[in-house]
Amino acid sequence: MDASTSVETHHEPHEHDAAHEHHELGWWRKYIFSTDHKVIGIQYGITGLLFLLIGFSLMMLMRWQLAYPGQALPVIGKWLPHIFGPGSMPDGKMTPDFYNSLGAMHGTIMIFLGVVPLAFAAFGNFVVPLQIGAPDMTFPKVNMASYWALFVGASIMVTSFFVPGGAAKSGWTSYVPLAAISDTGQGYNPIFNGQTLWLIGFIFLITSSLLGAINFITTIIQLRAKGLTWMRLPFFVWSQFVTAFLLVLAFPPLEAAIIMQLMDRVAHTSFFMPSGLIVNGTPLSISGGGSPLLWQHLFWFLGHPEVYVLILPAFGIVAEILANNSRKPLWGYKSLVFSVLVIGFLSFIVWAHHMWMTGMGSAVSAFFQTTTLLISIPSVIILSAFFISLWGGSIRFNVPMLFTIAFLPMFGIGGLTGIPLAFNSADLYLHDTYYIIAHFHYIVAPGTIFGLFAGIYYWFPKATGRKMNDFWGKVHFWPTLICMNVIFLPMFLQGMVGMHRRWYDGGQGWNVANEHTIWGLTGFQWNHPISWAAWIMGLAQIPFIINFFWSIKHGEKVNDNPWEATTLEWTAPSPPPHGNFLTPPVAYRGPYEYSLPGRERDYTMQNEPVEPAERSRRKPAAEPVLVSH
Amino acid sequence: MEIPYTISTRPDTGLWNAKVGIWLFLASEVMLFGGLFSAYIFLRIDAAPGMWPHGLLNVPVGTMNTAILILSSVTVVLAWASLKMRRYRAYWWYMLATILCGVIFLTVKLAYEWPQKFEHFGAYIKPEALGKYEKYLGNERRTEKGLEPRIEITGHLHSQNAKEYEVALDPVNAEPDNPAMDRPHFFPLPVTDKIATIEKEDVERATMFLPTHSAYFASYFTITGLHGMHVLGGVLVFIYMWLPVSKRLYQRNPEHLANRVEVSGLFWHFVDLIWIFVFPLFYLL
Repeated sequence: MDASTSVETHHEPHEHDAAHEHHELGWWRKYIFSTDHKVIGIQYGITGLLFLLIGFSLMMLMRWQLAYPGQALPVIGKWLPHIFGPGSMPDGKMTPDFYNSLGAMHGTIMIFLGVVPLAFAAFGNFVVPLQIGAPDMTFPKVNMASYWALFVGASIMVTSFFVPGGAAKSGWTSYVPLAAISDTGQGYNPIFNGQTLWLIGFIFLITSSLLGAINFITTIIQLRAKGLTWMRLPFFVWSQFVTAFLLVLAFPPLEAAIIMQLMDRVAHTSFFMPSGLIVNGTPLSISGGGSPLLWQHLFWFLGHPEVYVLILPAFGIVAEILANNSRKPLWGYKSLVFSVLVIGFLSFIVWAHHMWMTGMGSAVSAFFQTTTLLISIPSVIILSAFFISLWGGSIRFNVPMLFTIAFLPMFGIGGLTGIPLAFNSADLYLHDTYYIIAHFHYIVAPGTIFGLFAGIYYWFPKATGRKMNDFWGKVHFWPTLICMNVIFLPMFLQGMVGMHRRWYDGGQGWNVANEHTIWGLTGFQWNHPISWAAWIMGLAQIPFIINFFWSIKHGEKVNDNPWEATTLEWTAPSPPPHGNFLTPPVAYRGPYEYSLPGRERDYTMQNEPVEPAERSRRKPAAEPVLVSH
Repeated sequence: MEIPYTISTRPDTGLWNAKVGIWLFLASEVMLFGGLFSAYIFLRIDAAPGMWPHGLLNVPVGTMNTAILILSSVTVVLAWASLKMRRYRAYWWYMLATILCGVIFLTVKLAYEWPQKFEHFGAYIKPEALGKYEKYLGNERRTEKGLEPRIEITGHLHSQNAKEYEVALDPVNAEPDNPAMDRPHFFPLPVTDKIATIEKEDVERATMFLPTHSAYFASYFTITGLHGMHVLGGVLVFIYMWLPVSKRLYQRNPEHLANRVEVSGLFWHFVDLIWIFVFPLFYLL
């Protein structure tokens, strides 16, 4: 016994050390400070989903004030001042400042902390390396830095709710000089105030996006598997590739603008402050000579490509699921690729259509009207190709496909209602009304977010080896679809009546919102069904949240390729191990080889070699054979 | 599976990973400084007459700094070439030279140029009081000659009380009618011993040459500050590559170190290039 114990004590620590060094990373390195693209993707995904929920909750609070202005919010109303401070909702009644904070932060959180981390960073990180047959991203440490930069930025944004005066309240666009003078003066800390923290947080978010985007492009250029040529890439990879370019080139000018606004607020410069500015009756003691219009130009130079950053990943997800569930090759793959490239290019030269009200003159606005209309062409090509892909397919109506099919008309409505806004004469009337809100929400809410839900249901088995529950997925889908439309369709009407998007009282005190009735309700009264639909939609997300977490442990176990898909990620084990593939994959064919004639199965994966018989069928003879009669 | 092409090139692209990454990063940097330079253009075009100052910066010092940065771009290429030829000692010396150039640049900027500005004083005169200070401004002659009006009196703040500033004048305000003062000088002229008294109620705004002074100094300090942070970042990376840590990498895989130097050298050239734009925009034009 003595001998055996002494042997054990000699050997154990040694083995333990070796195992630590070569095989097992500690828990912290494996799940928190991980450099594995799949873990980082999941981190991004959970962060993004969490912020989508937070951003939506802010909106549900606003909907109370819009439907029942000035009334105390029941039940939770008396708790909110304890969380957000006494200036937020005294006696459950929302103050104007708090309403403005909610509005500004709803936009900021949804776009920069919800959709971008989820659509671009999460799906991009998790799916792209798998789809191109790569072992990881090119720069795993940069990838980790990118997530943690987002984490810091997000923490700063969240913290800003709890500083004296509350979070930023100048809209998600932070137009100057309003933004530059808000949250200053008595009762505000010079640094720890809403607007300044918004700016500082943003610098971290931009850093995160830049690091991520550079990593994506490099990965797609350098780490494609053998045989995976550009025209064999899944459309999702193309859409992420273009998105990454938009982020690399469009975010830095906003960073420049943010640095300048930060200088205006902290160092009291006048980049955006015009001469002779008078605030509350006192002239500001600043040098002046700045230009408020400069901010708008720099902001929208990011702002417009950003719209495509939000929608292109959703296009990519939709394309994958559409081909997979119609069991047909994607229609017009090449036109889709070129369309997405053209969108990427054109999105850089349309930004001033957000600024028709600034009076830029007819020559400049003619240019931007033209480019804005031009960009609708590739968008329509993409949407049409998606619709045609359904034609003649044997469609499977599973949950990812339901969200995908719903995406098509929803995005269509959002896109088509944007065309009147491209003309500055029509936009002068519709600018800053609920029409605008309805238009872009149709694109990013039932559009992008449906695409994201579809993607989550679709790739969940790859991440966990289990499927999410189908029944509860449908319970999630149908109410969400109906509520989305009850929320946003009436907003077109409200906007056309003339209701302004930033009214704090929901239109109660304005004639235009109370004089005319549309289908029996005045513009103001329409707020009631809209708000109730928003709250019901909130409840409809509960099945999703439960389904998501429950399925991680208890979902139905599935094989590596449950959807019988063709792309490379489905050749890896589920969940893929560190390094992804057991052997380096090789691609022999295009991404959507469904229902190939003369095959046993209706799908042929990218890594299946082309058989000689097939080869003769695919390539027509070099010289056409002439048949004479 | 290891990540491929970290050191060797991918056959169809002819590049290794970090080289693609750094060029993309530089593209984003072009857009960052592009945003700031377009702000400069916007503000300068918008500036009211007399509100965009000229000749306030020290041109010889700026020229020297430009030369130092260009020199450092040469030495970093020589450092890289030495590594490619596997001459570590030569690499070590060239890298040291590069680091020193960066440090000298930053020292001149932060310890000499910026502080000198912080000590300089300027008072913008209210439009209705301009006539009262005609002897310091010389606007009659300038209007005749079709030059921009002078609306600011600059110099060293000698003393001030509740009612007045006493300013040791810059030559431009000491002899405003001297034709030699119509154009900025290459060698900056020292502050004269001529003292002017300016009443505070005639003054629109009076500050040191800080970012708050004007749109010009706001963009000068912001852009040179951001550029300085880039120089600092480059210097820190170079120091890391010059330390013994990197010698060990060199012994293990010299090509890996050469690639690192190439990538950071590309960044360094970019920082140099930005300065090539900053220098004429602020010092000369």
